[in-house]
Amino acid sequence: MKLYEYLAKGRLKAHGIPVPPGVLCRTPDEVAKALEEICPAAVKAQVLVGGRGKAGGIKFAQDPEEGRKVASEILGMNLKGYTVEQVYVEGKIDVEREFYVSVTVDRNARKPLVMASSHGGVEIEDVEDKYIVRRHVDEAFGMQGYLARDIAAEMGLEGDIAKQVAAILQKLYEVFRTEDAELVEINPLVVSGGKVIAADARLNIDDAALFRHKDLPQVDEGTELELKVKEIGLAFVQLDGDIAVMANGAGMAMATLDALQHFGGQPANFLDAGGGASVEPTAQAMGVLVSMKPKAIFVNIFGGITRCDDVANAIVQVKKTQGIPVPLVVRLVGTNEQQGVEILRREGIEAFREMSEAAEKAVELAGEVR
Amino acid sequence: MAIIIDQDTRVVVQGMTGNQGSFHTGQMVKYGTNVVAGTSPSKAGQEHDGIPVFASVREAVLERGANASIVFVPAAFAKDAAFEAIEAGCKVVVMIPEHIPVQDSILIVEYAHFRGAKVVGPNTYGLISPGKAKMGIMPNHIYAPGPVGLVARSGTLSYEIAAALTQAGLGQSTAIGMGGDPVVGQVFNDVLHQFEKDPETKACVLVGEIGGSAEEEAAEFIKTMTKPVVAYLAGRAAPPGKRMGHAGAIIERGRGTLESKRKALEAAGVTVVEMPWEVAPAVKKVLG
Repeated sequence: MKLYEYLAKGRLKAHGIPVPPGVLCRTPDEVAKALEEICPAAVKAQVLVGGRGKAGGIKFAQDPEEGRKVASEILGMNLKGYTVEQVYVEGKIDVEREFYVSVTVDRNARKPLVMASSHGGVEIEDVEDKYIVRRHVDEAFGMQGYLARDIAAEMGLEGDIAKQVAAILQKLYEVFRTEDAELVEINPLVVSGGKVIAADARLNIDDAALFRHKDLPQVDEGTELELKVKEIGLAFVQLDGDIAVMANGAGMAMATLDALQHFGGQPANFLDAGGGASVEPTAQAMGVLVSMKPKAIFVNIFGGITRCDDVANAIVQVKKTQGIPVPLVVRLVGTNEQQGVEILRREGIEAFREMSEAAEKAVELAGEVR
Repeated sequence: MAIIIDQDTRVVVQGMTGNQGSFHTGQMVKYGTNVVAGTSPSKAGQEHDGIPVFASVREAVLERGANASIVFVPAAFAKDAAFEAIEAGCKVVVMIPEHIPVQDSILIVEYAHFRGAKVVGPNTYGLISPGKAKMGIMPNHIYAPGPVGLVARSGTLSYEIAAALTQAGLGQSTAIGMGGDPVVGQVFNDVLHQFEKDPETKACVLVGEIGGSAEEEAAEFIKTMTKPVVAYLAGRAAPPGKRMGHAGAIIERGRGTLESKRKALEAAGVTVVEMPWEVAPAVKKVLG
């Protein structure tokens, strides 16, 4: 889960990392009031999309009246599909130098990875490799002082600035650990009047660890339909095509999309109905597919723990209650295959055995044969 | 031979009396796995389907000689369970649960490394050495003993391919699920090292997917392998920035693309097929 900038900064501040003064506001009046304290200030839209500044989501104000004016422009605006409901009013700082620091998980090394650069202010992907310092941390032992000092030195920093950056690195690692972060990034970390300050921050929390962070406000990301299916408890991603897809297992669902593309079709979604889903959630998932009004529906099941008769019953249930007004292709093999095939046959649905034949048929029925 | 588990593996099931644990213990026993004990703090001292239940893994190791554990406890308690098993001396720990916090997984893997244990998963379907033993939730009937070492990130897709191999007369030495999480104990590289040394394994199948770079890392080792490798990679149609079911299946900041994996594997001499149903014919071909 990505956190809004104001939340991310709040967490950094709580761990002792210097951030500019800031207030979260919901109305132009609140912004004007905030500017009485913090002036001049940047008024920043709180949305989870990159490139806010270029899209008009960040504006500057010299006094409360100007704050009210720019806030009324930003609040309510549509920023890349998201309506701006909150702005963060933050003291403007003079920037002398810009650095980059982050802690993330190195999947291959299976350790936390600290990255730092004296070339901050741009995406780290655009920084030349020789300017990036990379060091692993032993999760069990944490980041010791020497490591933080080493990194600051390798960044080419000296004196008091190096000291401040090293202290921030240790605190940043604490944020990573205690907040269960997947990524915590300060970019840029700026030098302003001799002080090192986190000018912008990103903090992504591991979804699997949210049970330990109940105090965090839930930030939902995704389309309306994606959020709806998330509530059912299934993994779902909306795509651009017109063949709705259900499969069991994440890998299987990915392979199913690939197979449709292979035959020239365009999948409308990714949906993992789970490795052992019973009738009810499977029927709910089918219901969602029907509601998407696709050109065809493709159900691809390899029954391991999932039972083919459960899947067949779910399909029949949806057919009888909601109706399935588009061509339906079902591939069904594995546990209780015979029963499943029989249940579908009684409803006039012929199941396929081979994934390749079924995928090709689904594409054909959607009218997209190459 | 097989890798990691065989008929001599003595399994303790952590969380044996829960729904999932109970059902799959039955399936593992049915397959012939030597399940010697279960744990459940609330049901210690009882028997569950004829298998003694202990309060701790330590007791299961001391009294029943358990040397491998399979974990079915909820994700929030999984780190504790894994540490308990490793500390008690289990050399193999299979982590079935999904949604274990990634920093817990990092600690589990670090501790296992420190104590010389192998962790399979988390978020894995487990592993099976056909005809010998299984520690996992895979269906029993789709495997057969034979020369193919199978390692996959995902469960159902791996079943699909195992069933096709079996149908084509190509049995498996061991089939293992690496797990769909970003941080897992046994990665492709570790498993391929063991297959390379296993005399029963004659060819390997790698089933990868988008996200991370475990496939690219494996490619480096495959260059030095004597045994042929066939790979299928899932997620060609996946858009960047979206998690495709597995926590680890995501293209982030341009990394973890299918193209990068395919290129690396092909450069290492791997036969990379386009579709899952092409795996079995390709294996037949490389085995000659």
